[in-house]
Amino acid sequence: MLGEGILKGMAETARNFFGSYFSADRMTTVEYPEQRIAPFEAARVFPFLVYDAKNPGDAADWEAGLRCVACQICEKECPPKCIYIEKSTGKKPDALGKPQFYPARFDIDISVCMSCQICVEVCPFEAIKMDTEFELSTDDRFGGLLLDRKQLAKSNEYYHQIHLTEANGVDARLAAEKAKAEAKTKAAAGAAAAKATSIAAAAAGEGA
Amino acid sequence: MIQNLDQILVLLQHWLASFLPAAWQGAARAFISAAAIVCVFPALFAVAVWLERKGLGRMQNRLGPNRVGPYGLLQPIADGIKSLTKEDIVPLSADRAVHFLAPVLLVVAAFMGFAVLPMGRNMVLVDLDAGLLFYYAMGASSELAVFMAGWSSRNKYSLLGAMRAVAQMISYEVVLLLSSVVVVMMAGSLSLTKIVESQNQYTWGFPHWYIFTPWGLAGFIMYAIAATAETNRSPFDLPEGESELVAGYHTEYSGFKFALFFLGEYVAMFSISGLGTTLFLGGWSAPFSFLTWIPSWIWFFSKLMLSIFVFIWMRGTLPRLRQDQLMNFAWKFVLPMCLLNLMVAAVWRFMDNYWLRWVVCSAILLLAYEGLGMAELRKKNIGPRSYRYVE
Amino acid sequence: MSLVFYLITALTVAGGLASMLLKNTVHCALAVTVAFAGLAFFFLNLDAQFAGFAQILVYIGAVAILVVFAILLTKGSETPKDGVFSRTWLSGLAIAAAVFAMLGWAILHTASMLPGATPVPTVTVRQIGQALIGRYVLPLEIVAVLLTVALIGAVIVAMHEKEGTK
Repeated sequence: MLGEGILKGMAETARNFFGSYFSADRMTTVEYPEQRIAPFEAARVFPFLVYDAKNPGDAADWEAGLRCVACQICEKECPPKCIYIEKSTGKKPDALGKPQFYPARFDIDISVCMSCQICVEVCPFEAIKMDTEFELSTDDRFGGLLLDRKQLAKSNEYYHQIHLTEANGVDARLAAEKAKAEAKTKAAAGAAAAKATSIAAAAAGEGA
Repeated sequence: MIQNLDQILVLLQHWLASFLPAAWQGAARAFISAAAIVCVFPALFAVAVWLERKGLGRMQNRLGPNRVGPYGLLQPIADGIKSLTKEDIVPLSADRAVHFLAPVLLVVAAFMGFAVLPMGRNMVLVDLDAGLLFYYAMGASSELAVFMAGWSSRNKYSLLGAMRAVAQMISYEVVLLLSSVVVVMMAGSLSLTKIVESQNQYTWGFPHWYIFTPWGLAGFIMYAIAATAETNRSPFDLPEGESELVAGYHTEYSGFKFALFFLGEYVAMFSISGLGTTLFLGGWSAPFSFLTWIPSWIWFFSKLMLSIFVFIWMRGTLPRLRQDQLMNFAWKFVLPMCLLNLMVAAVWRFMDNYWLRWVVCSAILLLAYEGLGMAELRKKNIGPRSYRYVE
Repeated sequence: MSLVFYLITALTVAGGLASMLLKNTVHCALAVTVAFAGLAFFFLNLDAQFAGFAQILVYIGAVAILVVFAILLTKGSETPKDGVFSRTWLSGLAIAAAVFAMLGWAILHTASMLPGATPVPTVTVRQIGQALIGRYVLPLEIVAVLLTVALIGAVIVAMHEKEGTK
């Protein structure tokens, strides 16, 4: 019948109007900043640097536990070139015990960063990941939006909080690598020990 | 006691005028009524603005403004302060005198219409014999104001918007007049007080409102369509559509003049709804005979606010009509229905059998509605969408 | 000849003069609208409600808009370069004076023939309606036919123009 569409439309809007007082389906407004919705697991805003704390909850050794070895791959791959890294002069031992360089300076300019996640994808050391923190407004347009090493360093526990599945995957990968490295050293130690005993046996055999 | 409550505003008016010498009392009474109208309807405008923003919000699954006061009730005040303190920018090549006078003329024409509306028993500012004609004369003056606004801005988009608005208003003015002529025919008078009084009768508790007759319902629907188009409301708001013409004929207005346009539009909405309730919904009469103890002016204003809510509801539901669709609709569909409605009303008046005339009149109107509608739709070949892909 | 009459006269004459003397054509059209409004007030002053409101509805609501549309669409709104007064103003003035004299003589002549101050008859809309349908039904129908012919003619002219541009 002519005019039916208009009446159906009016019924729908009326349902919207009255339903908005009762069902959350018909009132999807979230009154920010009083109400907030939790960010999704795959949300991403700007990068941050992961560090492994030796004692959980001890934020003081962020510098010691920083995974970043200043390989500068992310700096080269970043499309808008918002990362600035200065390599350190000395080395410190990393998670596997091997002495590595570390970044003396690691700046990200978040007014330039476009959240493309390329730095995360290319990092071989699982050192840089995407954060979900977006309330970064400041009234200092230049310095306030340049995050330095200390501001970027966040613990692995924090990483677990924001991206649980991803963090578990990273931890599994790192643990596997560590196990492989340990197995290799054990095998090497075993071979060295075997070699040492064989040399000792040969020397003892010669002496007798 | 009930009668006193009903007449309380009239008594107040007489009491205030009694402070003056007898020779001036008539003029004083008129002045008090006019002052009351000028105070009440802008207050209602503030309420309507708030209602619109919250209502539209709820219909669109969102909250309206809710920061300024509890539930955003002080939002209209904030808007008023904003528009008063904004800089009044007049384009360099604009025609200053006409640019200034256009919103003034619009608001004056919009307010003049209230002079003949009976807002309660004995509550008309001027009881004119040709009251309805006066109302339409004032409505016609507002079209000139729209044109003046668009032309004086020296902006081709404003001019385009103004010409579209004037074309739309003139076409729907014809529909408005014809749909109300039916009521005049049946009531036998152009005087709005007599029209309300002829509807203020009850049979078995039900009122004799004209909307409860087939020709009255058809007339009311066409009047509502024409009223929406006259006040440039959705779905006929192409002249002021923001996505089409920036803001149409009031693009170049800022600050208080823009607020005056806004006020003029809403006041015109109130007055045309008031006329609609007077003509079709019984004006100040109560819907059932056992409810007549509620004061008449409360009924009038509730019906007015109900009409405003329906305006807001339509705005939230329907998309905008394009200019040619709008004009086609007016001249090819609504106008023939209006003329047919006149004939149907005549049939109703002169048919003797009470129940048969219901059937006959409703049948004629429904057949014509379907027939005209099908004729228009068939020309357009509206069907499910077909797609053609690039090979 | 009350104060109200003089005020309305002043308004109408001012509107008429302004429509003649202003340079911008659209301003002239708006001034003539003021003159129309003045005429409507004259009608209302004489208690001819229907005529007054019909004057506003038709003249201000339709004719004035028609005039401004015509000015707009024919580029008449630009200020003319050679000035608004024509070269043959003397003969124009003479003809206008002659017409005014004739109209004035006719009005004063009929005014002097009226039997004195009679009370103004209140003409209700009902009486106008009954006169239109009773005594003046033939002129009414002829005017209706004329309007229909004009409407059809306008549509035909517009259609031809549309085909002409194709």
